[in-house]
Amino acid sequence: MKNRINQLFETKKENILSVYFTAGFPNLSDTVQIIQELEKNGVDLIEIGIPFSDPTADGPTIQHSSEVALKNGMSVKQLFEQLKEIRESVKIPLILMGYFNPVLQFGVEAFCKKCHEVGIDGTILPDLPLEEFEEHYKDTFIKNNLHNILLITPQTSEKRIRQIDNVSEGFIYMVSSASTTGAGKKVEDFHLDYFERIQQMNLKNARLIGFGISDNATFTNACNYANGAIIGSAFVKSFDKNVTIKKSISSFVKHILLHA
Amino acid sequence: MKYQVNEKGYYGEFGGAWIPEMMFTNIDELKTRYLEIIESDEFRKEFDQLMKDYVGRPSPLYYASRLSEYFGSKVYLKREDLNHTGSHKLNNTIGQILLAQKLEKTRIIAETGAGQHGVATATVCALKGIKCVVYMGALDVSRQAPNVKKMKMLGAEVIPVHSGNKTLKDATNEAMRDWINNPEDTHYIIGSVVGPHPYPDMVARFQSIISAEMKSQLKEQTGNEFPTRVLACVGGGSNAAGAFYHFLDDEQVELIGVEAAGKGVDTPETAATLTVGSPGVLHSSKTMLMQNTDGQITEPYSISAGLDYPGIGPLHAHLHKTGRAKFLSATDEEVLQAALLLTQKEGIIPALESAHALAALNKIKMNPEDINVVNLSGSGNKDMETYLDYFGY
Ligand SMILES: Cc1ncc(COP(=O)(O)O)c(C=O)c1O
Repeated sequence: MKNRINQLFETKKENILSVYFTAGFPNLSDTVQIIQELEKNGVDLIEIGIPFSDPTADGPTIQHSSEVALKNGMSVKQLFEQLKEIRESVKIPLILMGYFNPVLQFGVEAFCKKCHEVGIDGTILPDLPLEEFEEHYKDTFIKNNLHNILLITPQTSEKRIRQIDNVSEGFIYMVSSASTTGAGKKVEDFHLDYFERIQQMNLKNARLIGFGISDNATFTNACNYANGAIIGSAFVKSFDKNVTIKKSISSFVKHILLHA
Repeated sequence: MKYQVNEKGYYGEFGGAWIPEMMFTNIDELKTRYLEIIESDEFRKEFDQLMKDYVGRPSPLYYASRLSEYFGSKVYLKREDLNHTGSHKLNNTIGQILLAQKLEKTRIIAETGAGQHGVATATVCALKGIKCVVYMGALDVSRQAPNVKKMKMLGAEVIPVHSGNKTLKDATNEAMRDWINNPEDTHYIIGSVVGPHPYPDMVARFQSIISAEMKSQLKEQTGNEFPTRVLACVGGGSNAAGAFYHFLDDEQVELIGVEAAGKGVDTPETAATLTVGSPGVLHSSKTMLMQNTDGQITEPYSISAGLDYPGIGPLHAHLHKTGRAKFLSATDEEVLQAALLLTQKEGIIPALESAHALAALNKIKMNPEDINVVNLSGSGNKDMETYLDYFGY
């Protein structure tokens, strides 16, 4: 079967909304419900975060959620167990996002196989650099119909972007500015010249902009320069103890998609 | 040159640059330029001058006669404790500040555990008039108050880190996050032979002055530049890398690294990475790590904050794997006794870290004619409170 990420980008070219959440947060067993509710409310793509003890590329919100998730008992094994039947109720593409060490300890080959088995379409592993991926793991990913999504930043050279575009399948993750994850940027904070520069490169892959997208204004703005955008910290922050997950997710997504 | 880093930054299976793309440009700039810069005449000249007149090198190689008598074997101490700021850490920060200047960086960041590397970094920033930000676990900030005050007096900004266990590992995470957020103007002075390539090689080169001096001092004092063995403590492993460096290919010299066993390697309170660890990726390097089966990093423990790290430099992971170096560990208790022994036999109060290397003398078989060189990486000034508490003076 065709990879669901490719299917998505073939049928929808703009205003794609991708949402990140940390598996095991706020509660260990929320994973499946969060995924289902995100789909129901019109989210196009979901990134399921595997918590790690030392998330160097993340800001305080995701660091905190990872810490709580680990305390709750989340692990790679546990996550695959929770996702075992996810494809019976969810159709949109699912991506696992996390740091490389937990994947390495699970076994990269076993991890890719398991992803394929439960219906995961891609991975984002920020500390698995392009070179290591190409040399050691690319074939295993391909064999399991798994797209490894690579990142670019405002500092990435044109030559390297071309290289990344060549190796990439699915889409390219455009980090909005030199930063760790974290919500709350204003539209004025974005490097529009960088967005425009990449837009003009005519890359073969679709692009989603992430890091710092937090509301309708930043989402809409990012969508002007790419196929869509990714929201992480703002969503993780939005969980409210006093509201059900169902209500909390529907009001969050409504607020993002306001006019889109 | 069997134990040197290869082009891709690996020592055997360990090393590399497992960096998020956000760090790529900085690391790439370093990787392409560090050798050309640090091997240039201009750099060498300034580095050598500062080593001599500012750090106070060469540090003496001292024949410890009363200690030798006690052990029934010849013991020499490489006196890194006599360097300015009291440890080997300054060798590396001097090198890196000169490099940062050549790279035209205007802001320095660093991580610190006990505060020795933080003080060494704040010192070179003061020397060069460059802005300095030091990340330190909140727990360490409260445990190591005098070093925090020193850094502030030197003009550095000390930022307490409240994530994780609030110790060295978390300070390192935070420094990396800072670098990701400030890629243009900032250089990150990493304090040991850890982190992404080229840091392990670069820091080892700056610290290799230790073994270069050992060789010529031994030649002068004993007629032979090769000792029987070299002993050094290992946190990340920079002082050990420096003490081993010029002997790596001389296989007749026995190399011994000593890790912190803490309360014991069979207890959860230990920092003996090579004994309890397994291969993994942390802080942008593939190395040996203390971790659980799910790949989450375990919190280390040691009485010496400078050895309280759940990883080890990839060079040492390789030396361990190939058997080129032997790695032992010493418990808090053994270390305190070793520190007291040195103090009362030679009138030298060592850093708790360095006392780990000394404690290993009790664990190995030595012949009377052996030449044992212990790298005394630092002075005990910073550890007086711990010593006084324990010994009850
Ligand atoms: C005196 C002293 N020795 C040794 C170490 C351990 O570091 P490394 O193993 O990198 O030399 C430290 C670290 O703070 C230190 O202060």
